[in-house]
Amino acid sequence: MAERPIVAARGEARDLRGEGGGFRRVAIGTTWFWLLLFALAPNLLVVAVSLLERGEREFVRVAFSVGSYVRLLDPLYAGVFWSSFRLAAIATIVCLLIAYPFALAVARAPLRWRPALLALVVIPFWTSSLVRTYAIVILIKTEGLLNAGLLALGLVDEPIEILYTELAVLIGFVYTELPFMVLPLYAAMEKLDWRLVEAARDLGAGAWAVLWRVLVPLTLPGIIAGSMLVFLPALGMFYVADVLGGAKELLIGNLIRDQFLSARDWPFGAAASVVVTLLMAALIGVYALSQRRLGSRGAA
Amino acid sequence: MADTVVELRSVTKRYGRQTVLDGVDLAIERGEFLTLLGPSGCGKTTVLRLIAGFEAPTAGEVWLDGAEVTRLPPNSRHVNTVFQSYALFPHLSVFDNVAFGPRLAGHRAGDLDRRVRETLATVQLEDYADRRPGQLSGGQQQRVAIARAIVNQPSVLLLDEPLSALDYKLRKAMQIELKQLQRRLGITFVFVTHDQEEALSMSDRIVVLDAGRIQQTGSPRSIYETPANLFVAGFVGEINLLPALVQEVADAGLSITIEGHRMRLPKGTAIKTVPRAGESVYVGVRPEDLRIWREVEVTDELRPSLFPAIIDEVIYKGSTVDLQVRLPASGTRLSTTQFFNEDDPAITELDFAAGERVYVSWVPGWEVVLPHG
Repeated sequence: MAERPIVAARGEARDLRGEGGGFRRVAIGTTWFWLLLFALAPNLLVVAVSLLERGEREFVRVAFSVGSYVRLLDPLYAGVFWSSFRLAAIATIVCLLIAYPFALAVARAPLRWRPALLALVVIPFWTSSLVRTYAIVILIKTEGLLNAGLLALGLVDEPIEILYTELAVLIGFVYTELPFMVLPLYAAMEKLDWRLVEAARDLGAGAWAVLWRVLVPLTLPGIIAGSMLVFLPALGMFYVADVLGGAKELLIGNLIRDQFLSARDWPFGAAASVVVTLLMAALIGVYALSQRRLGSRGAA
Repeated sequence: MADTVVELRSVTKRYGRQTVLDGVDLAIERGEFLTLLGPSGCGKTTVLRLIAGFEAPTAGEVWLDGAEVTRLPPNSRHVNTVFQSYALFPHLSVFDNVAFGPRLAGHRAGDLDRRVRETLATVQLEDYADRRPGQLSGGQQQRVAIARAIVNQPSVLLLDEPLSALDYKLRKAMQIELKQLQRRLGITFVFVTHDQEEALSMSDRIVVLDAGRIQQTGSPRSIYETPANLFVAGFVGEINLLPALVQEVADAGLSITIEGHRMRLPKGTAIKTVPRAGESVYVGVRPEDLRIWREVEVTDELRPSLFPAIIDEVIYKGSTVDLQVRLPASGTRLSTTQFFNEDDPAITELDFAAGERVYVSWVPGWEVVLPHG
């Protein structure tokens, strides 16, 4: 899935070259300029700030220091990193468990139904995710719709406490990130040769054997891509934890936000930010490596 | 003999309003090489999918090894399929593709290894165990597909047009190899094809299907020489159909009028349904059974029993020369195949020319009489 757009872009570039290199240079140059100015430069600034000291009157004092990084080694912050990774990982697994059967069902649905089913996944994007997160509050708060329903049905005797717990944050993550899992999975399954499933059944495979020996291995690129798309944003998101977790759940995203906006410790916030970025880069590196291995397998 | 391994009992299959199979009864004997032959859309692949368990019939029953399996899923049937597209698992090596079935059946380690390697040796692929399907040629992929199916020692091996993707020479070689394999393994093969030549050369028995019904079942020879109806006659091999009128039906044979000639067809002529006097029929003659006479060969005595014709087209085929001729009286076109014959000086060279006036005949008794429709 990840390789498709690159191939397409190459093809288009070749076409455009024939019509005149000027357009191509401007189009690519603009994007490069934009990325340099608004992505690379700020990131370099963050790296620079992370290596400075905290200032009393200004935000930073221009003096080299690795103190912020040393502070990150404090078990307190290690705990923050750990709980962030744990929550993001759980959210990724839950997304995968929900999205896989759904994507499978869409890919197996009659062709004319598929656009409608995929639209269901995309429709939430029409509203700001912050607004949608507040909508979840209305659903799960103590006197919210969920509890009202459960009480009315007699399933519980007293309202269950979900809001401002880790569970609430998890629900928020899963809800927000689910489409990013469904779409790459669907892309992988749509390309799947379903005769292979028939072949597996013919050779004696039951439903589980078909899943583990054929479907999962063949949709692995989609599984990895979807997991990256869910895990990485879940690691950095702060407003979901703010709105649904109250102040109780301190995650990396919230930690960084607090350092910049309330604690006013820019170097420390920047250092935390750099560490998260490096961890994400490492994950993407692993992903790229796995893609290349899968790719060479398929192509060979 | 009557050891039946697969039985379809009045099987009907409908998709919505479309009837794909219409009351098919079929018994397949253990160990035979049975071919389902028919044009695309005749229902032959559906028969295969019903036996494999990918489809359930709308009505009727499927029996396998003496047990009813009509609603049993494919993984519970001791039947394996060689798919038209091979459907090899691209993420697994040749070894793991072949080991797929045995592993599910619980074979492990040494036993598994021995089984898989033996089967790979059977299809001459022992050196390719570690390759992936994508690294193999079409013919090799075909062998992997066969190995993956036969390693499970199924009661029946189903083959869905397995040779259609191969080029001509490879297809010929694989036909012989498949036939040898079937003899050696003694597994029942049910082979689906639309290629009548393939069907004739490989099968013990052929089932000709059209429009969801069985048209004829029989040995390749009986299918070719005594087709049951116009469809079978036309589909299996080439045939010339001459309209004729039955004059008299006697113990000695038929008396018919054909192209203005009165002819006697001896008894023993391939007639499935004996026509009545006055009935219009077709007389079918295979191209290779038509003999062409040149003017110089024909004596006055012989002339009345021959049909005058004009050559339209001469097609040199290497071992034979095909002639397209026209009967000037009715305009009926016939195609004939002439073999080079050293003993017949008049046609040794087969140097016929378009426009040449010739005569056509066949040995009475070599034709088939087919009712209309």
